[in-house]
Amino acid sequence: MAYEPFTILKSSGVPLPIENVDTDQIIPARFLKATERKGFGDNLFRDWRYNQDNTVIKDFVLNNPAYKGKILVSGKNFGSGSSREHAAWSIYDYGFRCVISSFFADIFKNNCLNIGVLPVKVEPAFLKDLFEIIYENPSTKIMVDLPSQLVSVEENNLAASFEISSYKKNNLLNGFDDIDYLLNIKNEINDFAKKTLF
Amino acid sequence: MENNLTLFDKVWESHVVKRVSGGPDILFIDRHLVHEVTSPVAFQGMKERNIKVLFPDRTFATADHNTPTINQHLPVKDPMSANQLKTLEKNTKEHDVSYWGLGHEKNGIVHVIGPENGITLPGATIVCGDSHTSTHGAFGAIAFGIGTSEVEMVLSTQCVMQMKPKKMRINIDGSLKKGVTPKDVALFIISNLSTSGATGYFVEYSGDVFSNMSMEGRMTVCNLSIEMGARGGMIAPDKKTYEFLKEKEFTPKGDKWEKAMEYWSTLYSDESAIFDKEYMFNAENIEPMITYGTNPGMGIGLSKKIPKSAPGGENSHAKSLNYMGFNDGESMVGKKIDFVFLGSCTNGRAEDFRAFAKVVKGYQKSKNVTALLVPGSHFVAKEIRKNGVAKTIEEAGFEIREPGCSACLAMNDDKVPAGKYAISTSNRNFEGRQGPGSRTLLASPIMVAAAAITGKITDPRKYID
Repeated sequence: MAYEPFTILKSSGVPLPIENVDTDQIIPARFLKATERKGFGDNLFRDWRYNQDNTVIKDFVLNNPAYKGKILVSGKNFGSGSSREHAAWSIYDYGFRCVISSFFADIFKNNCLNIGVLPVKVEPAFLKDLFEIIYENPSTKIMVDLPSQLVSVEENNLAASFEISSYKKNNLLNGFDDIDYLLNIKNEINDFAKKTLF
Repeated sequence: MENNLTLFDKVWESHVVKRVSGGPDILFIDRHLVHEVTSPVAFQGMKERNIKVLFPDRTFATADHNTPTINQHLPVKDPMSANQLKTLEKNTKEHDVSYWGLGHEKNGIVHVIGPENGITLPGATIVCGDSHTSTHGAFGAIAFGIGTSEVEMVLSTQCVMQMKPKKMRINIDGSLKKGVTPKDVALFIISNLSTSGATGYFVEYSGDVFSNMSMEGRMTVCNLSIEMGARGGMIAPDKKTYEFLKEKEFTPKGDKWEKAMEYWSTLYSDESAIFDKEYMFNAENIEPMITYGTNPGMGIGLSKKIPKSAPGGENSHAKSLNYMGFNDGESMVGKKIDFVFLGSCTNGRAEDFRAFAKVVKGYQKSKNVTALLVPGSHFVAKEIRKNGVAKTIEEAGFEIREPGCSACLAMNDDKVPAGKYAISTSNRNFEGRQGPGSRTLLASPIMVAAAAITGKITDPRKYID
């Protein structure tokens, strides 16, 4: 599915300083019954955002009007658990384009990269500083510069580089996906298939 | 020929179609398992690109995540679930893919039916839009979960693009003590490594404990690899593996079997194989395990007390205990249980029902407990009926439901109500995993059985010989 290319994002951040945020929290299983990819943002962090009677849980960060933006900043091991791409879809659909954390779960990270959400892995100390900066001034702009692989907060002199494979970087910058690439080498795949044992 | 390769290297390298410079490997996938929840958007994407499934014969579809576990012969009541099932049926028909839907004799949880039918093979690459695909590693396959974009990739090109993970070996020598099951071994490892301790790695399990383990037990261990962040886990194939697979419907036959055996006999880690990380544990140090928190790394031996903090979750420990309604320093033994769940791709096989039956034989279900007993497949349901295990369980006052993922992820009606405690043989104790507000304790089938007859966390060892 096509997504908007990612180049440089400058936005305030939404802080979620919790570790091991699993995909069941990001999007609970009961919302996986859809057959189309739409509307998942409404149920992002559903059970942390709303009580069971659908009333708003005021102290959850997404319900706090002070915190807005396209960057989610979360504690380490974000996205652990299931392979549901719905978790990445709900983050994208809600309006986030980037998640910053000190550690990401594997499948979740791949899913993000495949749909145009940039996972940015930073050192724990950098993450701690970032949380402090956001809490001090929620409107602080964070810059995520994919071409130079740099995440920074200019007014606080905070900056760090982040890693991404050159292949995935190129995909994100252009809005390409892996299927385009694979379809182009279909002959090689067909030849390979003939030699397989089973 | 290099002689420092791991089992993982051997299987991975033999499936690389091409290496992208500065990027991932293009990995050929031998067998692709598909279910109703993570596939519809993938098929939709193919429709938009106007492409067909490249190798329908390598693709196997079933319905399991979002299916009822009673009255499967009747139309599915929930309209959204019914639509999701109908969509898979339609998609598989359009693409000539075999579909073992609700009521089909081969229907069941995707990771239970793969091995049962010989779809799972040593040295194969297997993927599915489900993180517990790691289960199939028990046979010496490279098996891992993928997202929906990748499901679309495999349907359309039979390949995924993946960075090659690092390699970890976990060795456990010695013999397990009485009442210590494969589930306890896995929960023990995860409690040591934490829920993210193996992220970025593919794990090989080695040592006496795994050689002596049944294929079912190996599946339980490999299944839970993802719960410490590993993409997958694997165990080198041996005689037990071949015995299990021989004559299954989709295993190679005749000359092809011989040829496969030739390849399979090369599938072990070389003596000087290089791992990026190695752990060694001693079997004697493992006791029956139970979780107290909200991720599978938060587990302790029955004799231990709830700790003040757990590795990898220092800042979230208090939040987690608060959700569970527990305090540090408490023992888990004696805690009241409202629900028990026996089933899932972790512990929903015939051996697990046999273990449960052994404990409850001659006792009665506790009146305070609601029990959900769900076989992993129709094949499992039939087998436990045939060998009398089902009868023993029913005589103890339990009902056995129809196959599916059920209360493991609670997409269907099998939910644990808010605030209630469920002891479960499944794989995740995340907040709300078994229903909004539910509290899950992960344990082995025998500990779940002991709780089912006593209504509280009970040492299962007194119920077995």
